[in-house]
Amino acid sequence: MIDVVMPQMGESIVEGTLTRWLKKAGDRVERDEPLFEISTDKVDTEIPSPAAGLLADVLVEEGKTVGINTVVGRINESGAASGVGPSAQIDAGGASASPEEQAPAPSRMAAEARPTPVPPPAISAEDTNAPQPPGPAAPAAQASQTEQDEPAGPLSPLVRKMAREYNIDLKQVRGTGAGGRITKQDMENYMAQQAARTVASVTAPSYSQPAAYSAPPQQQAPSMPAAPPAPAEMPPLPRGEMAKARVEPMSGMRQKIAEHMVFSKRTSAHVTTVHKVDMTRVARMRERYKAAFQQRYGFSLTYLPFVARAAGAALRQYPILNASIEGTNIIYHNEINLGIAVALENGLIVPVIRNADEKNIVGLQRSIVDLSTRARSRQLKPDEVQGGTFSITNFGSFGSLFATPVINQPQVAILGVGSVEKAPVVIDDAIAIRSMCYLALTFDHRLIDGAIGDQFTSSVKHILENWSEEIL
Amino acid sequence: MRPCEFHDLGLAGYNDAWNLQRDRVERRKAGEIPDQLLIVEHPHVITMGRNGHMENMLAGEEILRRAGIAFVHTNRGGDVTYHGPGQIVGYPIMDLREWKRDVVAYVRGIEQVIIDTLAGFDIQAGRLEGATGVWVNGAKVCAIGVHISRWVTSHGFALNVDTNLSYFQYIVPCGLTKPVTSMRTLGSEATRAEVITRLTGCFAQYFGLEMVSPVLTY
Repeated sequence: MIDVVMPQMGESIVEGTLTRWLKKAGDRVERDEPLFEISTDKVDTEIPSPAAGLLADVLVEEGKTVGINTVVGRINESGAASGVGPSAQIDAGGASASPEEQAPAPSRMAAEARPTPVPPPAISAEDTNAPQPPGPAAPAAQASQTEQDEPAGPLSPLVRKMAREYNIDLKQVRGTGAGGRITKQDMENYMAQQAARTVASVTAPSYSQPAAYSAPPQQQAPSMPAAPPAPAEMPPLPRGEMAKARVEPMSGMRQKIAEHMVFSKRTSAHVTTVHKVDMTRVARMRERYKAAFQQRYGFSLTYLPFVARAAGAALRQYPILNASIEGTNIIYHNEINLGIAVALENGLIVPVIRNADEKNIVGLQRSIVDLSTRARSRQLKPDEVQGGTFSITNFGSFGSLFATPVINQPQVAILGVGSVEKAPVVIDDAIAIRSMCYLALTFDHRLIDGAIGDQFTSSVKHILENWSEEIL
Repeated sequence: MRPCEFHDLGLAGYNDAWNLQRDRVERRKAGEIPDQLLIVEHPHVITMGRNGHMENMLAGEEILRRAGIAFVHTNRGGDVTYHGPGQIVGYPIMDLREWKRDVVAYVRGIEQVIIDTLAGFDIQAGRLEGATGVWVNGAKVCAIGVHISRWVTSHGFALNVDTNLSYFQYIVPCGLTKPVTSMRTLGSEATRAEVITRLTGCFAQYFGLEMVSPVLTY
């Protein structure tokens, strides 16, 4: 029999109200399956079963408040008693020989022969709502008083058996049960940890503690100079000259990117269309105002705000590219919030320019500089990377002519800007040198048909090729 | 610092957000994701906690239906409450084993985060002995109700920014016959976005978290 106790849900907490049994006496319960609920100060907590078996006894009824470590029920681990719910209760009153030592039939006969079952001490708590002092409840009539120098809390027969069988020093095991009590789970975790250590795997095992989420590496918060991320605790890596490979756990950010990319590919029907754009007008304008712009605003003028401006105008013309899909509904966004992909040292992030279509070239360039600078120093506020409705990625700045970007979910399109390069172009049967650039639009074919995707991109192209707006 | 993902879900139905919470809780338990702070704004809804008392519902279902208010039985702690536009509802999904294994300390912590947030808008808020939540001059500005499963939290808090308080007339909030208030009623002109930004900062600081945003695309 495994005792189920009222857990301690905090340092200062000495009692809890059992609000609901999720299983009835006689029900089968799996280990870690929610067994009952308790309530403490506006917090409802679901308590998982410490073992698999039959809920043999319900000792504390719903609505009662009892001290921590009070035995509220018992679980019969040997499923043998199945279908004998009521008589199992009598069984529970007796000495708790561990199930595996208990020949089922005779022992039950012995228990039934007893005139009055010994009531478990915990039942006294039912009489009163008064809190019980913290610490282990008065020991149930257990034949275990000899093992005094054991770790905190009474040990279940199962834990004892595991310790014996696997020769485990219980003092080395960290108890996570009520009052630091060692549970079967703790034993399993401990054994798994030992096993991992023995294998000396180079990957950081995150078996019981989800330490897998170490802080992303870019984080260099000045307030926290020390605090190296978790990988520091990894076993030493093999020497360089011997190793054929190096194993390194992904950063949290890397994992997020990986997850997001695959999620996007799985979600949308990606199609990329590429248009060639003559950027000569824009390039001339940029050349003309570059110095003055730098002087007046303190940052340089790039091609990106021109593309952002043109995209904003084209999105007003083709609102379906500024939408998302929710179930079978199309959500048209009234605001044009442009995500701008920013490459970081070890990842990327897409901060958002809100109401981008309301900004002129200066405003867009200022936003781009501000957001990308703060993205790289990791000073973006959470809401500055939320709520994008369309994205632009500028792989041209790394020399790429064109690429096939991945849609930034839940958006339905992303515009990629290739590098602007001078190239010979045939104009009216003459060869001219023009500043050319490829624009690659990836769109979600679930929602957007090729014709619309190309009309949108043509519109962006048209605005850029016939640029007329003043800059300064 | 432990990372905590921040998600502003915007306007979302109560059940949709609840389903999302349950999904995040399971993934958090499995160690697949870090702690989460979900921020949401609900359409009009009255929710009843697991241990709520129906007598604290002052309106019948017919009246609620006509007023356009949904009614949901939920599994958080606490009694009945109202959510609606103008409220910042926060659902932290945190594994308390990585902070403190203490549910009461957690609730006191949420209170402190809200008190700190309000202080940034010149509102002196505090606690009321025996009545979980955040209070200003005897009126409740923020309600709290939490569910815990294997030390992972769900549900959370509801801060009235510029909530239409008349909707509270349909219930006895948390079973207490005490008034409710909002930041707007208390004279603050703060916008929802400003409050969320500050709240996120206070939350991160109090629980020792680094807020990260879901990373997007190439």
